[in-house]
Amino acid sequence: MIYQGKQKIWSDYQKEIPDDHWFYVRSCIRQSFFPASEYYFLKICRDMLGRDIYESAHHTTCAGIAYHCDTIPQETAMTVVARQFALMTEAGYKNLVTSCITSFGNYCEILETWREFPELEARIREKLWKACRREFEKPEYIAHASDLVYKLRDEIASRAKYRLVDAASGEPLRVVEHIGCHYSKMFPHKGVGGAEYPCVLSGMAEAWGGKVIDYPERRHCCGFGFRQYFVKANRGYSVSNTHKKFESMEPYHPDMIITNCPGCPYFLDRWQYVIAEQEGKTYGKGGRGIPVLTYEELAGIVLGIDPWDLGLQIHQVGPEPLLDKMGVEYDPSRKYLGLDEKDILKPGLPTVLKCC
Amino acid sequence: MGKLYDELTEDYRFKEGLKTCINCGTCTAICPAAEFYRYDPRKIVDTVQRRDEEGILELLKSETIWYCGECMSCVTRCPRGNGPGLVVMALRNLSTKLGYFTESEKGRQLYPLTKALTGNILNLGYCVHPDTFVFRDHPESGPVFEWVLEHKQDVYDRMGAAYGRQGEGALRIIPQEDLDELKAIFDETGGTERIELVEKFSEKKAAEMGMTIEEYRKYTFEHCSRGHFNNEEAGI
Repeated sequence: MIYQGKQKIWSDYQKEIPDDHWFYVRSCIRQSFFPASEYYFLKICRDMLGRDIYESAHHTTCAGIAYHCDTIPQETAMTVVARQFALMTEAGYKNLVTSCITSFGNYCEILETWREFPELEARIREKLWKACRREFEKPEYIAHASDLVYKLRDEIASRAKYRLVDAASGEPLRVVEHIGCHYSKMFPHKGVGGAEYPCVLSGMAEAWGGKVIDYPERRHCCGFGFRQYFVKANRGYSVSNTHKKFESMEPYHPDMIITNCPGCPYFLDRWQYVIAEQEGKTYGKGGRGIPVLTYEELAGIVLGIDPWDLGLQIHQVGPEPLLDKMGVEYDPSRKYLGLDEKDILKPGLPTVLKCC
Repeated sequence: MGKLYDELTEDYRFKEGLKTCINCGTCTAICPAAEFYRYDPRKIVDTVQRRDEEGILELLKSETIWYCGECMSCVTRCPRGNGPGLVVMALRNLSTKLGYFTESEKGRQLYPLTKALTGNILNLGYCVHPDTFVFRDHPESGPVFEWVLEHKQDVYDRMGAAYGRQGEGALRIIPQEDLDELKAIFDETGGTERIELVEKFSEKKAAEMGMTIEEYRKYTFEHCSRGHFNNEEAGI
């Protein structure tokens, strides 16, 4: 009886994610800081796993960051999103997949608001027509790109070259997963596992051999806070939140952190650098940090894609301890080369944080 | 009902965000901002729910409403389905419309934010873009990103991006026709009017503070007085 009750509750947290045919929209932050993650998301889904994912050259930002920095009215944000829906409709797609958690939350918020206030949807349709002469159907399904990777996690596991295990001992790696607030805190039923038991990343980590760490501040915000990061004067808020998470996870000795939102890996990576330089504190072994990866980067590593093709060299925390522990083959001398082995010099080194 | 409260009720985020607050304080307990800033979302929602016009006016001119990080952790935890974060968004919107945002240090930051983010959207098609990401404003991005910015074309080519090129792909050039559509959307939906409003009130405040608008932009972007954080003494 109790077991059946739990099964019923758990079923409320599940999502039926369509298997194929997606209209893809990019992320302001992911394409700027983790561009190879977007490249390999498409390559893995299209070329390796045979899914149809369409990108229009005409799509743009969803304006979600500007909206959450309170710089544009709600109707402006809604009409920019309505234009994305119009491009999807014109291309003949019904499922929209977004590379960004802020966008995912933005799309969900807009559709829910329109559901409750249909007169607002009608007004936005009118404004879009006046501004762009475009019309749209609402998506039948909206996913974050990690939902798709979660759905395909077993297919990826079946092709894995490496697993999230210590190559020497065979023990599972200790994985911290960070979901990102706008994935399911606003609309829990839109995220796999809801806000209480989000399993979109833990599902991947476990399917690929890792062991997920539970720690007290697991669901705490990374500290982005929109205006709390973009304005230089406010960044104490941002780094303080990240610091709180690292202090909380430190006793569990994670081997890596896997992230959902495009901003979170940037903050969890870069604030480790700042904490090291300012406080002399590092959270990895031997003066290093804990490597922070996007889920696309982790899928790529598992599939045997070269770490430097995946862009791990543009993280501030070096990924080498993780790669070495997994037994991943890589050539350190190629880390900072450009295309066709072009020499494009190397970044400077931090003073405290050991990077390579 | 009071005038300011009436104006708030026209905002859809307010309609969604305030049902019936029981003042339990769960939002404050879960709030990442409340832990660091002198910030209490429970009190904000209480002031608004009481329709306290004087209190609402004070909020619109305050530092308080600008402390929220809009993570929306409060939405998940509220036992009555309220969204204090949404109420704060409605308060910020009204503060901006009425020009009260220039009365607080954190509110004045709306000027550099508006310049940067709406400028990026209308000129580059995205809110954030490496072409306008200046390292001296972002030392936290580390030596690795300083290197990326110095070798943008080579690094982004290596990452499979379409930086500097037309067509599909990350960081591609957004066609002018699409940027024109974004501008038309801004014109039609009040986005352009909002930018002009923020500029107008900010220029007035800059003059009051004896600064050029560029000095004001830089100052509001960089300056943090003491007293915002829980563990600080108030002061300049």
